[in-house]
Amino acid sequence: MNTGEKDWDKKGWKDVPIAGLITEPGTARRYKTGEWRTHRPVWDPEKCINCLLCWIYCPDSAIQVKDGKVVGIDLEHCKGCGICAHECPSKVRAINMVLESEAEAEDGEKVKEETMREGEEGEKERKEERKGEGGNEK
Amino acid sequence: MAGSLEQETVKFVAMTGNEAVAEAMRQINPDVVAAYPITPQTEIVQIFSTFVADGLVKTEFVTVESEHSAMSATIGAAAAGARAMTATSSQGFALMWEMLYIAAGLRLPIVMPVVNRALSSPINIHCDHSDTMGARDSGWIQIFSENAQEAYDNLIQAVRIAESRDVLLPAMVCMDGFIVSHGMESVKLLMDEEVRGFIGEYEPAYSLLDVDHPITVGALDFADWYFEHKRQEAAAEAPVAEVVLKVGEEYGKLTGRSYGLFEAYRLDDAEVAVVALGSTAGTAKAVVDELRQKGVRAGLLKIRLYRPFPKDAIVRALSGVKAIAVLDRSDTFSTMGGPVFIDIKASMYDLMHGEHGEHGEHDAHGAQDAREARDMQGPRIVNYIYGLGGRDIDLEQIRKVYERLQAIVATGETGEPVSYLGVRE
Repeated sequence: MNTGEKDWDKKGWKDVPIAGLITEPGTARRYKTGEWRTHRPVWDPEKCINCLLCWIYCPDSAIQVKDGKVVGIDLEHCKGCGICAHECPSKVRAINMVLESEAEAEDGEKVKEETMREGEEGEKERKEERKGEGGNEK
Repeated sequence: MAGSLEQETVKFVAMTGNEAVAEAMRQINPDVVAAYPITPQTEIVQIFSTFVADGLVKTEFVTVESEHSAMSATIGAAAAGARAMTATSSQGFALMWEMLYIAAGLRLPIVMPVVNRALSSPINIHCDHSDTMGARDSGWIQIFSENAQEAYDNLIQAVRIAESRDVLLPAMVCMDGFIVSHGMESVKLLMDEEVRGFIGEYEPAYSLLDVDHPITVGALDFADWYFEHKRQEAAAEAPVAEVVLKVGEEYGKLTGRSYGLFEAYRLDDAEVAVVALGSTAGTAKAVVDELRQKGVRAGLLKIRLYRPFPKDAIVRALSGVKAIAVLDRSDTFSTMGGPVFIDIKASMYDLMHGEHGEHGEHDAHGAQDAREARDMQGPRIVNYIYGLGGRDIDLEQIRKVYERLQAIVATGETGEPVSYLGVRE
């Protein structure tokens, strides 16, 4: 939502549907709400016991699970609320919240690229899983 | 052709402004009307509800619990693809406020008669323009009517204007509370078929009920898209003036009464002119006629389309006038004068700059005399705020305004830019 450089590639006012209408159904998953985040959950697969409490509590379905096991966090939709880290059992502490700016600086471009790739792959899977669910996006 | 049409179909009826507007609504036969009564608009809703009860219209009439709900229900109906209307006044209009912007932002061509009435406090039920003037930046088209005939004609034309595919904006048709809404006049009505033919079948630009083309209306629109959508809304205002002219001309062919963006009354060679809107324009015309008989070059510009403001055409019409008085039936409480005054002054700034450029080239080699220097400043413009809360404006008051304009022309002294007309000192 921060009109960063990449937003200038989006359509201009002459080319968007009138009245802010969304003319295609089921497009919410394409809306990258992860940009709202100030704190990022960092998941440690070594510590994770796959209790899936984070998956149950996550309000944005951002905990990625495959075959009953946590495989990652969808950072394109995670808003950084920290519920996952809070619910992660205190003896486990497999998820920790770190400042997004610090995480970005630490990970650099590498993480960004990985996230994009994961996001795209995850998207394909989710498309299959949630076919028929409504949503919206510009 | 027009003559034979007139003989066969046109009828004169004695009607109040409210009755004429309710009659126009019956002939428009909207799909949905959601409205709440408020003085002095009450009759419109009351009369229209009898049309509904008598089965004279196919309208779904929603008796809502407030004007906020009235506009909300009208917006909902319009988004569902209905030709939807409501009507209000004053406090009711103020209660619609947040929904007004939503109607415009959603580009829903809702048409709404507004019977102008003062806003509280102090409480008052009589005419001034402070209710609709406050919404001049809401994105609605605003059309002002001088009398019941114009209120009737404007309402029918507003349907075409709002629904035009180049426009798609809501439109309010304003008329002066009690003066027009309750004054009985002779009104020339169209036949039902003529109105239906003129406005045509309604085909919404989009509809929530179109299940083959599902849409989301009113979705969250953050910093990455909101600006583009508002820019687009601003662009929709640009073609309004042209559509108003086209529709006004077509209406003239049908009825013999053509409409423009404004009425220039004896303005062509005028030296002094008043700018007014609503019923006061009628009073000013009488003074203009009187002055013209005495050889005074007096004129009047009656604004019809107020929003969007037809700046260029108004500047052209007023550019030859030496002194202008803008009559405002509302105040902005900004120490800047009334809203119409501020608009006219801002428009004239462009005129001055245009002339400045031309003169600049001509005068590059020599001095210009004082007369030319004064002309370069454009017309002198003063403002009178008058008639608040239904205070009468009469011929004598308007005579004094023209007298002052003549004095400004004679002396070159403008004096106090903003005055209050008809108030006890």
